[in-house]
Amino acid sequence: MKSLEHIPAALLRRYASGDAGIAADALWAVEAHLEWCASCRERLGAVVATDDSETTSLLARVQANLAGELSRGAQMPARRWPRRVARWAPPGLWPRLAMTTLVIAAALGLDLAFSNVLASLVLLVAPVAPLLGVAAIWSAGLDPVHELVVASPRAGLYLVLRRTLAVLVVVIPALAVAGWLAGAAPARWLLPCLAFTAGALALGELIGLNRAAAVLALAWTSGVIAPTVLTARPPLLLEPATLPYWAGLVGVGAVVLVLRRDSYTGLRRSTWFGR
Amino acid sequence: MVRAVSAAETAARTYAWAIQADGLRVRAGRRMAVDGLDLAMDTGVHGLLGPNGAGKTTLVRSIATVLRPAGGTLTLLGEQVNGRVDLRGLRRQIGYLPQEFGYYRRFTVREFVEYMAWLKEMPSAETPGAVQRAIERVGLADRADDRMKTLSGGMLRRAGIAQAIVNDPRILLLDEPTAGLDPDQRLQFRALLRELGTDTCVLVSTHLVEDVAAACTDVVLMDAGRLVFQGAPAGLAAAAGADTGAGDSAAERGYSAILRRHRETEA
Repeated sequence: MKSLEHIPAALLRRYASGDAGIAADALWAVEAHLEWCASCRERLGAVVATDDSETTSLLARVQANLAGELSRGAQMPARRWPRRVARWAPPGLWPRLAMTTLVIAAALGLDLAFSNVLASLVLLVAPVAPLLGVAAIWSAGLDPVHELVVASPRAGLYLVLRRTLAVLVVVIPALAVAGWLAGAAPARWLLPCLAFTAGALALGELIGLNRAAAVLALAWTSGVIAPTVLTARPPLLLEPATLPYWAGLVGVGAVVLVLRRDSYTGLRRSTWFGR
Repeated sequence: MVRAVSAAETAARTYAWAIQADGLRVRAGRRMAVDGLDLAMDTGVHGLLGPNGAGKTTLVRSIATVLRPAGGTLTLLGEQVNGRVDLRGLRRQIGYLPQEFGYYRRFTVREFVEYMAWLKEMPSAETPGAVQRAIERVGLADRADDRMKTLSGGMLRRAGIAQAIVNDPRILLLDEPTAGLDPDQRLQFRALLRELGTDTCVLVSTHLVEDVAAACTDVVLMDAGRLVFQGAPAGLAAAAGADTGAGDSAAERGYSAILRRHRETEA
């Protein structure tokens, strides 16, 4: 309800001086009017500035103190990136990603040194390269705050996939560069790489992600890498003709993950092989 | 700093107990560490006492919804915890400090608590204020922008408590929070506990009987996975009676007397 009258100057002066003698209804009307009338607020400010030296000195003191506090030191430190990155790749994962890059670099070095003797090591290592990082994204041994993560609302497949994506964002470009230098076309290793990642995630819900990654990496190393290096014959499993099967495996892994989308959310059954 | 109270907080409760266990059994490895536990707890500070291996940590981990109960029922905030419940809604209302509190060494206290607030799905607009409030409540405001690796053991515990209370939980689980605190910090911690206990169900696992006697409204004593005693701290002291068991204070004598009597009747 707007009144058409503004506050009389005499009343405004009495209000500004904190006069206890103003009737309650008049006081109420003054305050209600001040709430919506900017010009009367301005007049009140002017009255306070000229008449009320106590309030003006208090305001000046507060302003001086605040200015001193504000100018002293930065309010918010500039280091924002660690926590932004941690939402995708927690710090426990960083050493693993560095290790993966080193392994790829070592494979590339061997390829370039013995280019005529061996089948491309980069090509052989590529399918299991993400597993080193994937093993660390959901494991009590490799993430110090894992106990807090699994008890948090965000725990679940979505968080696992987010971290997996962070691993792939590092590993796939590293492999692409190494593959380009070593002459291993991405078409030959990209699908196997994704198939192993999806397989580890699907298997991880059953036996633990770090165990699943270890089992798959061991199987590939003993079943494919070792025989290929020993016999110096190119690996049949990475011939272009096998790509449809790898695509099928990626699909199976994705379907399993979609069907079990509540996985990694959960209450863990404490099993005989530990917590 | 005043916190805004949401409608959900003032809504009428539809459950009797914040934490209720009926015949709860939880496995730790091959052992049944919690074996047929009946327990009901509501707002207040509950001290969980018991000898090593009594199943305290296993009980706390199952209430934190980390471990799946092997039998019996566990009801938190009126929702029964089993495979099917929507754990996200429940977990948002739980704060948890594990016994082995891990942290990121290169994070500052503020970054760590903010990361935990993100994991707890707090709205990003509320996070900075909530983080600052949590850090102030545990008395770490002057170290908020120091890296975790520069903190002492007692400060790390307090940072752990800050991450547990950042989401204003209804159930707060603290597993051995007083380990590594000096006497002065323990007094401050007890004051914080009393304050938290006015509107939160706080469960503090400890083996320091004097902490329980000083700061808790309720004592829960466990042995071999079962509930042995639940009652006021005064009841623990009274249980000693004329019994001159081991212990320097009445509460400690009561603790050892109750345990001995329980073991004699079991045997």
